[in-house]
Amino acid sequence: MSEPMVKAEGIHKFFGRLHVLRGIDLEVESGEVMCVIGPSGSGKSTFLRCMNHLEKIDSGRLWVDGDLVGYRQRGEKLHEMRERDVAAQRRDIGMVFQRFNLFPHMTALENIMEAPVQVRGEPKAAVRERARELLDRVGLSDKVGSYPSQLSGGQQQRVAIARALAMEPKLMLFDEPTSALDPELVGDVLDVMRQLAVDGMTMVVVTHEMGFAREVGDSLVFMDEGAIVEQGRPREVLSDPQHQRTRDFLSKVL
Amino acid sequence: MTDIDTTEPVRPETIKAVPVRHPGRWVSAAIVLVLAAMLVHMLFTNPNLDWSTFGKYFFDGGILKGLVATLELTVIAMAIGIVGGVVLALMRLSSNPMLSSAAWLYIWFFRGTPVLVQLIFWFNIKALFGDISIGIPFGPTFITWDVNSLVTTFVAAILGLGLNEAAYMSEVVRAGILSVDEGQTEAAQALGMRRLKVMRRIVLPQAMRVIIPPTGNETISMLKTTSLASTVAFTELLKAGEDIFNANYRTIPLLIVVSVWYIIVTSVLSVGQYYLERYYGRGSSRELPPTPLQRLLRRNLTSFHVRPPMPMRNPEGDR
Repeated sequence: MSEPMVKAEGIHKFFGRLHVLRGIDLEVESGEVMCVIGPSGSGKSTFLRCMNHLEKIDSGRLWVDGDLVGYRQRGEKLHEMRERDVAAQRRDIGMVFQRFNLFPHMTALENIMEAPVQVRGEPKAAVRERARELLDRVGLSDKVGSYPSQLSGGQQQRVAIARALAMEPKLMLFDEPTSALDPELVGDVLDVMRQLAVDGMTMVVVTHEMGFAREVGDSLVFMDEGAIVEQGRPREVLSDPQHQRTRDFLSKVL
Repeated sequence: MTDIDTTEPVRPETIKAVPVRHPGRWVSAAIVLVLAAMLVHMLFTNPNLDWSTFGKYFFDGGILKGLVATLELTVIAMAIGIVGGVVLALMRLSSNPMLSSAAWLYIWFFRGTPVLVQLIFWFNIKALFGDISIGIPFGPTFITWDVNSLVTTFVAAILGLGLNEAAYMSEVVRAGILSVDEGQTEAAQALGMRRLKVMRRIVLPQAMRVIIPPTGNETISMLKTTSLASTVAFTELLKAGEDIFNANYRTIPLLIVVSVWYIIVTSVLSVGQYYLERYYGRGSSRELPPTPLQRLLRRNLTSFHVRPPMPMRNPEGDR
C-alpha cells in the first residue's frame, strides 16, 4: 500500500497556556476526501493550518506526502526548516480560507496568475492561458477582469479555489470555505469542490456542511476539545454516532 | 452570476415642498463678505505692501535659484525619508529583536530632538569628527577625508532633514503595513511566497492606500521645513529672499514673494497627491471617485444625479 498523503502522530499545540490540540493521530490517503467537523474551538482549523505550517506544532510528527512538515530529521535530531524551505513545501499544498483572502488590488485573473508567475517563475503567457481555463472550470470565465470587491462572496471563493489550483497542488486544505457565504451562494462553491473530489484531488475539508460531508466525503472526523472523538465513514458517523459527544453535537446541527 | 436589471424604472413624482429657511447663513455670509472686503481693500491701498517690489523680485534670478534649491532639498530629503522609513518600518516589524530595537532606538532619538538642533548639529559635525576614514574597525585605516569637504551645507541640510524624516516616515509605513489584513499574508504564504515577496507584492501595495495621504502631508511639511536650512547658511528659497531684503530693507514684499512661491508648490503637490491616491485606491471600492474634470463634465451633462456605471475592464483584456 502506498504512503498516506497526510500522516499525523501525537500532534500537540499550545497557544500560550491554552492546550488546543491534544494528541492527534490521523492518516489521509492519496485521493481521499476527509471532512472534519466539530464545535467551534475544537481545534479543527488549527490542525488544518498545521498541515502547511501556518501554525507550528509543539509536539508530535506531521508528514505530508512523506515529508516532515516544517522540520528536517537528521539522525535523532529535528532541525527547524529555513523560511525558504517552508515556502517551497507550501507550494504543493493549496489552501482555501473562510474569508477568501483574495488580493484586493489584483483582478481575478491576476490573483490566479500571481503565484505561478512570482513563485514558480513560469512565463506569463502560459500561465494566463491556464488561469483562464481555471476560471472557466469554476464557472467564472466572464469575471476575468473583475476586482474581488466587484464579486459576490461565492464568486470570490471560487476564484480563491482557482488560485490555489493554479499551483497544481497535491493536497487541498479547505478551512470552512462556505461559512462566510450567504446561504444561496453556498451551492456554487460546493459544486466546484465536488467536481474537484471527482477529479481525484486529495482534500481535507473543515466544514459545517453535513450534506457535503455525507455525499462527497470518503471519511469523517469529529473533533472536540483538541482531540479526535470519532472517525469513520461519513454515513455511519452521521447516522449512527458511537460517542455521546458526537450525538450531542449532531443533534444540534442536523 | 446574476445580471443587474439595467432598464430605467419610471421615475415617481418628486416631492415639492417649501424648503427650510436659513437666516443664520445670510448673517454669517454678510460678516465674511465684509471681512473679505476689508482685506482686499488693505491689499490694494497699504503702501507698505509695495506691490511693485513684489513684481520686480517675483521672477528674480536669486529667488528662482533659491526655489530650485528648495525643491532639490525637498525631493532628496523626502527620498531619504521614504527609503529610510520603509527600511526602519521593516526592521521594527522584524522578528529579529536586534533589528527591531535598533529601529526603535533610531526613531526614539530622531523624534525626540528638534530638527533644527539636528541641522545645526550636522553643520558643526567637524567639531565632533575631525575627519572620516575607511578601514578595519579598531584597526588600520585605508582612506581618510576631511569632514568639511564631505559635509557641505547642502549635505548637512540633506542629512538633517532626511534622517529626521525617516523616523517619521517609518511610523507612517508601519501603520500602513499593520492596516493590511493578516489573512493577506497567510494567503500569500500558503501559495509558497517568501516573506520579502509577500511584503513587496501583496502587503505594501495595499498598505499604500494608508501610506500615501500622510506621505503627501509629510512632503508638504518638508517643503516648508527646508526653510530651516537657511539657519545653517544654505541658500534655499527663504535665504534667497533674506539676502535680498537684508540689502534693500523691503522685508514684507520679499516675504510675500517667498510665501507665494511656497503656496504655488504646495498646491501643485496637493494635486499630485490626489491622483496618486486615486491610483492606489483601485480595487478597494466599487467605483473610483471622479476627477474634478470628470465631475465638471458630468454635472453639466446631466441634470440629476445618475449612478455612474461600474468601472468594468474589458473582460478579455488585462494590464
